[in-house]
Amino acid sequence: MSDDIRGMTAELAADPDSLVFLDLGEALRRRNQLDAAYKVARTGANRYPELARAHDLCARILCDRGDRDRAFESWVSALELDPTLVSAHKGLGFLYFQAGDLASADKHLAYAGQADPDDMGTAAALERVHALQQAPQPVAAPRPRVVPGPVSESAEPAPVSAAGELPFSFDESRPSPVRDAVFAGLDGGTDGLLLVDSAGLRLGGGLRNPEGMDVADAVAAMLAGVSKEAERTARLLDLGDWRGLAVECGDGNLFLSAPTESTLLLTVRGLDIPMGRVARFAERASMAARTWLERSQ
Amino acid sequence: MSAAAELLDRLSTVRGIRGSALVSADDGLTVAESLMAGVDGRAVAALAASLVNRLRRATECAGRREPVFLQLHAAGGTVLAAPCGPELVLVAIAGPDTNVGLARLEMLDVAGRLT
Repeated sequence: MSDDIRGMTAELAADPDSLVFLDLGEALRRRNQLDAAYKVARTGANRYPELARAHDLCARILCDRGDRDRAFESWVSALELDPTLVSAHKGLGFLYFQAGDLASADKHLAYAGQADPDDMGTAAALERVHALQQAPQPVAAPRPRVVPGPVSESAEPAPVSAAGELPFSFDESRPSPVRDAVFAGLDGGTDGLLLVDSAGLRLGGGLRNPEGMDVADAVAAMLAGVSKEAERTARLLDLGDWRGLAVECGDGNLFLSAPTESTLLLTVRGLDIPMGRVARFAERASMAARTWLERSQ
Repeated sequence: MSAAAELLDRLSTVRGIRGSALVSADDGLTVAESLMAGVDGRAVAALAASLVNRLRRATECAGRREPVFLQLHAAGGTVLAAPCGPELVLVAIAGPDTNVGLARLEMLDVAGRLT
């Protein structure tokens, strides 16, 4: 067992409500410990039935186990909860491709490709689907058991003409540009602005550490606790509702605000931007976040 | 009067500051305090220490250096905190009409002397 997995297992044991199950399940899946991965993912999905990423994780593990019917159901559940979840679109695109339903595969892969145009794997998969759609159709072969669900719009699935793997994986380490659109037009829309929900899950924006590593999800998970602590401190000291939390670090200025009751916004800037300006910028970003949240409801 | 108490009293002269305390970061217990009547010193100590510890973990997770100053702005006032090394936190409670910029400078100076 790697140190990472051991650490995450201990963290989950200490706090069964922790969202670390998402990382732990994925780490176990990558190590091909699929039974253990599924147990972690299923328990997490049962605890957070409204969390699309939990169903998405279950689906990826089920797909690896060859249980494509249940993987299909889990990805459909994920998309019902979050229609913008790119990895679920990729997963369904893959399953539809395997089932020979090229039209539905095209639809989901096209969405994933549009959401993340830099993902070469999805682009290549889509290209392959298009090539097959244009090629003369061979005699129909037996279809896999995957049954097109409610998201399918093709009346007559195409026969499986090129069974095999599409050239992409389900790794979702890349941020989704759909989510990054929250702060479109604001400086730092994809780095240095991070919108998270009350459960510590990223809704939009991004954050990298000074070395350039993506730390958005890890910081998002931490912020829920900070927000609760800030709220508790203000309330118990009879200061009323908290409105903002400014943090000066040795190498940057951070500002935490709450665009809505159930969301948090972290703004991070270098020391060259004074805290007063960071706070004003955070106000603008909060307004953008509120607008985006209203539109997406 | 101890040196810490003297420095806390100095902080209390800033207009709008309702009190200040020097708090153990580990357990949130008060080391020294200078608070106006009605301000619960134990609550201030425990809550501020807990908040600073949370923020330390969050900034570490973001790959940033330790917090040197923080300000929790609320409808009815502000909590100001400045870590003094790894073990102590200087905390002040301020009303809504406080000159936070001045309070910040005083606190950073006091924190520097206490570190």
